[in-house]
Amino acid sequence: MNFIYELHRTMMSQKLILVYDGDFTQETTKSILAMAERNLDSSGEGSGIKRKVFNVMVEALQNIVKHSSEQGTTAGSLVSKSAIFMISKDDKRYCILTGNPIPKSQVQKLTDNLNDLNAKDKEGLKEMYKDIIKNTQISEKGGAGLGFVDMARKSGEKLEFTFDEMDSAFDFFCLKVNISREKE
Amino acid sequence: MEILNLKGTEDTPDILLDKKNGIFEISGRSLPEDSAEFYKPVIEWINAYAGDANPTTEFAFKLEYFNTASSKLILDVLSALEEIKGIKVLWYFHDDDEDMEEAGQEFSELVEIPFEFKTY
Repeated sequence: MNFIYELHRTMMSQKLILVYDGDFTQETTKSILAMAERNLDSSGEGSGIKRKVFNVMVEALQNIVKHSSEQGTTAGSLVSKSAIFMISKDDKRYCILTGNPIPKSQVQKLTDNLNDLNAKDKEGLKEMYKDIIKNTQISEKGGAGLGFVDMARKSGEKLEFTFDEMDSAFDFFCLKVNISREKE
Repeated sequence: MEILNLKGTEDTPDILLDKKNGIFEISGRSLPEDSAEFYKPVIEWINAYAGDANPTTEFAFKLEYFNTASSKLILDVLSALEEIKGIKVLWYFHDDDEDMEEAGQEFSELVEIPFEFKTY
């Protein structure tokens, strides 16, 4: 049972204040939000930073909910719908961290999208947001295509991401969104 | 016209649309799983109201938080409101919530409706 202590130590060293691993639905999203909100309230965090953290959490969680259904059909493979969601907190910032499987066929497009976002400044992101909201239709999965743009705007920092190989069909997409605790 | 009154939940806002008493308000949190489905009756109500609107209509948004899927539907609600003569939007935000203030300003740039900004 050494892994219990190991896991605990990892959480401490990475300053993780919340970890959820498993299936993601709207119901789990609501539970995670309620838990994180209590945590933020009891820590006495300023309301502006609290709202930004909450905002990024919602978009990150709902992204996973919307896109995890795609993996449901790959029965028998290593890939499951299972994803991971974490929040870390140190003196300087909160980080919202997510990991979920995505089909290899989507990796290039997602990489291009995120690089495109990261190349934009505050004004550029605002224009992009307005352009998408005017022209988009809600997708079958219920998304407006605005989640990453909104996360980038609320964060004010670059979105960090990596892809880890899972098997021949899927990569594991890891995303890190920083929210500074220092006043602007 | 019938009153549309939806009680808010942890992921949906309070909605009160009452022609007789002149109350038109969306307040609270909006992060439903299916935002299009949730806002459908609201947009239908507004479309029906537009055909027989009061001389003036002050439509209040008093949102604490909304997700991006809801933001698209809020724009659809605003677009439906554009059809109403004598319409004005009251956009409320907490006085320390710059993001909500900015969101209201962005919406006001996307539709042809007068916005009044208020803190609460």
